[in-house]
Amino acid sequence: METSDIVRMANQIAAFFKSYGPEEGTKEIAAHINNFWEPRMRQHFFSYLAQGGKSLDPMILASVPLIRKAADHNAHQGALPKHGEES
Amino acid sequence: MLIKETDFGTPKSESKAMVTLEIDGHSITVPEGTSIMRAAMELGTKIPKLCATDSLNSFGSCRLCLVEIEGRKGTPASCTTPVAPGIKVKTQSDRLGNLRRGVMELYISDHPLDCLTCAANGDCELQDMAGAVGLRDVRYGYEGDNHISAKRAGGEENFRFKAKDDSNPYFTFDPAKCIVCSRCVRACEEVQGTFALTIDGRGFASHVSAGMDEGFMASECESCGACVQACPTATLTEKSVIAKGQPEHSVVTTCAYCGVGCSFKAEMKGDEVIRMVPYKDGGANEGHSCVKGRFAWGYATHKDRITKPMIRTRITDPWKEVSWDEAITYAAEGFKAIQKKYGRTSIGGITSSRCTNEEVYVVQKMIRAAFGNNNTDTCARVCHSPTGYGLSKTFGTSAGTQDFKSVAKSDVIMVIGANPTDGHPVFASRMKKRLRAGAKLIVVDPRRTDSVRSPHIEASYHLPLRPGTNVAVINAMAHVILTEGLEKKDFIAERCDPVEFKRWMDFIREERNSPEALETETGVNPEDVRAAARLFATGGNGAIYYGLGVTEHSQGSTMVMGIANLAMLTGNIGREGVGVNPLRGQNNVQGSCDMGSFPHELPGYRHVSDNAVRDMFNKVWNVEVDSEPGLRIPNMFSAAVEGTFKGMYVQGEDIAQSDPNTHHVEAALSNLDMLVVQDLFLNETAAFAHVFLPGTSFLEKDGTFTNAERRINRVRQVKAPMQGKHEWQVVCDLAKAMGYDMSYNNAAEIMDEIALLTPTFAGVSFKKLEEMGSLQWPCNDKAPNGTPMMHMNGFVRGLGRFMITEYVPTPERANRDFPLILTTGRILSQYNVGAQTRRTENSQWHAEDVLEIHPHDAELRGIKDGSMVSLTSRIGGTGLRAVISERMPQGVVYTTFHHPVSGANVVTTENSDWATNCPEYKVTAVQVRPSNQPSEWQKDWEVREDENKRIAAE
Ligand code: SF4
Ligand code: SF4
Ligand code: SF4
Ligand code: FES
Repeated sequence: METSDIVRMANQIAAFFKSYGPEEGTKEIAAHINNFWEPRMRQHFFSYLAQGGKSLDPMILASVPLIRKAADHNAHQGALPKHGEES
Repeated sequence: MLIKETDFGTPKSESKAMVTLEIDGHSITVPEGTSIMRAAMELGTKIPKLCATDSLNSFGSCRLCLVEIEGRKGTPASCTTPVAPGIKVKTQSDRLGNLRRGVMELYISDHPLDCLTCAANGDCELQDMAGAVGLRDVRYGYEGDNHISAKRAGGEENFRFKAKDDSNPYFTFDPAKCIVCSRCVRACEEVQGTFALTIDGRGFASHVSAGMDEGFMASECESCGACVQACPTATLTEKSVIAKGQPEHSVVTTCAYCGVGCSFKAEMKGDEVIRMVPYKDGGANEGHSCVKGRFAWGYATHKDRITKPMIRTRITDPWKEVSWDEAITYAAEGFKAIQKKYGRTSIGGITSSRCTNEEVYVVQKMIRAAFGNNNTDTCARVCHSPTGYGLSKTFGTSAGTQDFKSVAKSDVIMVIGANPTDGHPVFASRMKKRLRAGAKLIVVDPRRTDSVRSPHIEASYHLPLRPGTNVAVINAMAHVILTEGLEKKDFIAERCDPVEFKRWMDFIREERNSPEALETETGVNPEDVRAAARLFATGGNGAIYYGLGVTEHSQGSTMVMGIANLAMLTGNIGREGVGVNPLRGQNNVQGSCDMGSFPHELPGYRHVSDNAVRDMFNKVWNVEVDSEPGLRIPNMFSAAVEGTFKGMYVQGEDIAQSDPNTHHVEAALSNLDMLVVQDLFLNETAAFAHVFLPGTSFLEKDGTFTNAERRINRVRQVKAPMQGKHEWQVVCDLAKAMGYDMSYNNAAEIMDEIALLTPTFAGVSFKKLEEMGSLQWPCNDKAPNGTPMMHMNGFVRGLGRFMITEYVPTPERANRDFPLILTTGRILSQYNVGAQTRRTENSQWHAEDVLEIHPHDAELRGIKDGSMVSLTSRIGGTGLRAVISERMPQGVVYTTFHHPVSGANVVTTENSDWATNCPEYKVTAVQVRPSNQPSEWQKDWEVREDENKRIAAE
């Protein structure tokens, strides 16, 4: 994932939900990212943040605590376990 | 058996008042306004006729359908005489018989008697009528004045004779056989709305003329074939019938081109298609079609079709033909090895909007269950994903609200970013019919499209906005309606969320949303915006139809919400004649979305994070479905470039040609360790593939397509799959080879599983479809026969939600280096990436993609009409032929993307819709310069076209 894409996409989402004010807006932003960004995209986002998160919209920064981390999402090797089996 | 619909002779009357009369002693009750001819046919009495057919208004010219009415003088024509209460009609008597024979005798005296060798033999109404009236002999000779022979009896030229016109690739016009019944002329006017044909001259000199007697290809004819279908003689005949003879059986199926979803009878001889005839009982098209569906099916047996599975190690190797087993094992082993090395989420797939619901369902199931992740997406990503998002936010469901028929009840039709005459021709015919009957039209489009002005139609307002400013225009319209107090207060109070409405209202009333304030952005005259807004709010039933000119923008989703807002504001939801109607691109794009192709949604638009929903699927599928959303197509490409996504299965989509920023896509595809392509042809994507699994054409498929009206239509198998397997079988085999057991006996079983797991499909089964013809979802206990219209008494989400739609200009703006804006679209005869239509005679209408440019912009650059130009953006460049066009506004250029060598997507950028990542195809800043060289990319393409598509000799 290119950093410029992550920043552009995040800021575009912020631009839409800005109209909903800081409280509702940040919730909507986080929900949107949680719902539509695959874990590795969110991980990229977090690493970019860790490097300072330059150019990210303040609304995005405000929604960070609500964005879900999924660091070990790709950890399973091969397909997921069968339903009902121990995982 | 050949299916023959009953021809009632004249159209159905919509009247509610009923009239009872007597025909040949039998009493019958029909709606007021019904013709005597139709009433008789309802009794099963076929009155002889030639100029009447029930798709056209009656005309009364042939005088064959005469009847007697007790107490009335003369012998009125039954096709033009309406029923009246209590009348007693006689359809047969000696007098009538003699009159009819006299009429037929005259016709036949100017008609060649070569019935035995005529292409229409067995399907000719003139022949039938001669038989029906008992014509036994023709007293007039053929020596006199006639249209039949090139030479007169004396050897001199016959000036009346006109040679056969076979300029159209699909049908011929043989004037010698014409009886001048004008059915063709009326079909072109009333059904198709093109007005290409006229009757020229008078009396014996009258004849049918295409354009100004210039032949079909040179005329305005769009080759829809309505005239061919309407012609009662051999005058207009399909070339395929001339070549092969009359079909002997037929199967009803669905067109596989666009989202209109026309029903057709595939008329066959053995397993060869002779012709496709639009089916009168088809809900979407009611007997009409366009050139693609009716004529452009030859690709299905084109010599380029691949029918054997193939594999190769490197994409520069030639392809090697192998057995199904070998190909599937190779693909599965490749995928497993990748997952072992890079993890579970390193592979994924793309479902096709050209495939059936059943085929799409099994692909997303394979990905979720056998691949064990949610990395599934579909080409709807690049077209209508914003529709899904925008409409579910506002109304609570991801689909259009009306059926196509609804347009007949509209008073004001607003068309935004769509060109129905090119993209959705059969819908356009319906719309034009309504417009000719007096409905008003508003067009919002940068280009002066055909919709703006066509024969007998002129838009009341055309708002030629700058590309990328849709949201500003829709906001300005809403602003006008609210500030002038034209909103439908009752509807809003009753049906919409008051808190959300108040918040939105405060926003939209702000002065910065007025048409005047936004003029510098939109370039549209504020007075026109005001007038259009007033018309839409006060003109009666207002319907909005929109296309990719709305969705393919950085604010695509916002615009869809803006449209929904406007519909709610004006109370235009929940009845006939109104609504929000996305004109869907591909035949099954609605279905592929419904079937859970998106990475965040299981079938039926339910988010993967919903535990209850996932539980249902877990039980039936016997796996644990991942609760995290997967990668969307552009994300897959990015992940492939960075190296975390290494394997991909692509079903029937040519992402290398259709997706934006070709360089990026090619870099991504070249980085994959295993690319499996399932398609009919070695397409652009296949140039990067390691496994090629041959697919089936729609003629070989068994399943369903869902059109833009949410109508589930049956696709019936017309012939056996050419490569020996149904596509869903291949997918099941691949899933099994990956270790997940998946099998079905037939497509009906797949639909049963869909119905079991998807509440909106609960009532759908092949059996029910057989009974009903088609079903519009939701179809369940609450709506056992489906739902033609949505949100009748309330929105799916409860109260309608007005969403705040702040206009945010796209970062893609014209600048000094790239001073023009490129926007893209398509034309009637070609379809999407053109893989099918390019392999038919349709290319006679569109042999290459061209760049349309305004005369002023061209002159400034020294560009002449027809000269080659280079088109460059900050991303890349390509070469095209320029066409100077007054339809373009200054500063905007336009091209289509039907031919791979044009490389239109080499210039389009990575910009995308904020909510869905739908690419911003419609706005790219470009420069255009004269040039006589292909671009670098085009040179590479030529090389790859040869290199990467080689198949090793046995
Ligand atoms: S093919 Fe269609 S457009 Fe052409 S003349 Fe016939 S009806 Fe008109
Ligand atoms: S071409 Fe066919 S439909 Fe047209 S006037 Fe002649 S006979 Fe009638
Ligand atoms: S391409 Fe569309 S309009 Fe044309 S016949 Fe097929 S479904 Fe109908
Ligand atoms: S069918 Fe009635 S006049 Fe021709």
